Amino acid sequence: MRRRRGRVAWWLVFLIGVLYFVLPLYATFVFSLKAKPAFSAYADALSDPLFAQSLGYSMVVGIVTIFASLALIVPTAYWVQLRVPRARSLVEFVTLLPFVIPAVVLVFGLIRVYSRPPLPFTHTDLGSTFLLVAGYVVLSLPYMYRAVDAGLRAIDIRSLTEAAQSMGAGWITIILRIILPNLRVALLSGAFLTLAIVVGEFTIASFLARPAFGPYLNLLSGYEVYQPAAVALISFGLTWLAMIAIAVIGRGTRVRVQIGGAR
Amino acid sequence: MTSETGTGFLELSHVQKRFGTFTAVEDFDLSAHRGEFVSFLGPSGCGKTTTLRMIAGFEHPDTGTIRVGGKDVTGLPPNKRNVGMVFQAYALFPNMTVADNVGFGMRIKKQPKSVIQKRVGELLELINMPEKADRYPYQLSGGQQQRVALARALAIEPQVLLLDEPLSALDAKIRVALRHEIREIQRQLGITTVYVTHDQEEALELSDRVVVMSAGRMEQVGTPFEIYNFPATAFVASFVGTLNAVEARIADAGDRRLTLAGSQITTASDVSGSAGELVTVAIRPEMITFDGTGTGDGHNRLAATVDDVAFLGAVVRVRTKLGDGTSISVDTFNNPNLAVPEAGSPVILRFPPQACLVLARDAVPDETDALAAAEAML
Repeated sequence: MRRRRGRVAWWLVFLIGVLYFVLPLYATFVFSLKAKPAFSAYADALSDPLFAQSLGYSMVVGIVTIFASLALIVPTAYWVQLRVPRARSLVEFVTLLPFVIPAVVLVFGLIRVYSRPPLPFTHTDLGSTFLLVAGYVVLSLPYMYRAVDAGLRAIDIRSLTEAAQSMGAGWITIILRIILPNLRVALLSGAFLTLAIVVGEFTIASFLARPAFGPYLNLLSGYEVYQPAAVALISFGLTWLAMIAIAVIGRGTRVRVQIGGAR
Repeated sequence: MTSETGTGFLELSHVQKRFGTFTAVEDFDLSAHRGEFVSFLGPSGCGKTTTLRMIAGFEHPDTGTIRVGGKDVTGLPPNKRNVGMVFQAYALFPNMTVADNVGFGMRIKKQPKSVIQKRVGELLELINMPEKADRYPYQLSGGQQQRVALARALAIEPQVLLLDEPLSALDAKIRVALRHEIREIQRQLGITTVYVTHDQEEALELSDRVVVMSAGRMEQVGTPFEIYNFPATAFVASFVGTLNAVEARIADAGDRRLTLAGSQITTASDVSGSAGELVTVAIRPEMITFDGTGTGDGHNRLAATVDDVAFLGAVVRVRTKLGDGTSISVDTFNNPNLAVPEAGSPVILRFPPQACLVLARDAVPDETDALAAAEAML
């Protein structure tokens, strides 16, 4: 009896959750179909070269951001946990700052500092894109740090590090061959979140005048009615596809582990 | 506690380590010859693991030097020392197979593939796990994982093998089996080995020499036989084996006579102090027999009453009380014909003067200090 009630409650919560996520998507989809003839909004969206260009740009920026963020955070979190565990709360606080400081403040800071000598990054396309990646690395900090930190806590990094050291391994070898491979799952979840944030981000990309997907969608909704809805849905699907791709590539070794186990 | 230097393969001289105000290791001196198996034995927080970690290079001594094979390694980082380490928590790399784990150190040293493959095969034979080469650590039992960890530590042909409580996480049965295996492999390879443990049985069975430690200090260094039979301090006596530690008064220091519960007993150890002074006396439970008959054989005899009888398998432990309430345990080997005295019955305890050791009173063990120290380290 009690068990059944628990089950009902569980399903109710699940249903509310599904509705919360699916309803907006469904509403957007219904709206996008109002364009006549049916699905013409999708045809228009796909035929606009700017759509592919901006989404492609954002995906590339997202992937670069993921690698930059990992290169910054994995050694930091590893070192903090191994050598200065007392600094953990301080580092955690720093990584949470992007939740407190609005992206607008961040981007104005970046522009102020990097639009004049000695570091006039905003004067070139590449420089601006570099600033964009830097801004996105900051935005990704809370997600990436938490994911990596949780992953590090799940393994005995101290013993693993010392075991590798006693066998002659240096720091770079330890991070690349022992720490990173064992953080795979944690890194994947951090990467997913980062990609999702970057593809949809508007503020920083807009102020740095980058041809990213967020500003494109915003611009499009200024003069089109149904097409932005279609674009949003397509980008949503593509982002999911990209995440699945990361998962498949990232889990390659895990799959091998399982095969090894079955033998 | 003699300071030997200049002869050993592994030498620690005057090694000292502090963490803040807490002294973890104080003036540690050890000289182990090539192929020797040395154990560091003591309660948690006594400095045994810290000393081992200084040999490995994970901690750096504040003062003193560590030499391996005549070479001063005190300032070298762990990855330049060529020591093999086995950890309590196995510390196998979860992302690598057994073979890859064992071969890791050789790959770091960029040895040719064929050499690595051959040596990994040999080592897996040595630990009796050749069929498990392609398994991952999570597919192995604790005992198997620790054997792989041992093979991995040996793969780099280390000058010294360090084992940090390697059996503590295992079941009693596997612990004993693996203990024999470790000893056999160590003898076979003739590798100089330092073994850290808090288990006196392990230390006594495995070692050529045992270093008993307490509160950062070396209490005694000696063969298992010496440590067990001739403990230098009260701490060693109480930590190694079970022991009756009782208080007695000096009756005649020159004659080595003491007064215990109103009776006079003689001891084989030197007694210093004036008559009437309190001393701590250690009597091993297995050295005492129940024997009321006969006198004049030079043995000590004490009247006691049986408190209770505990059956411990191979050993029967009888707890008795002397006239003044002092409690003394007596261990007898079990056999079906054993006449076990009943609780409440009077008995005579008989033991030779050699079984009665007078201990230095300054070195009384203090568990609470050691525990507080261990906590301070964490």
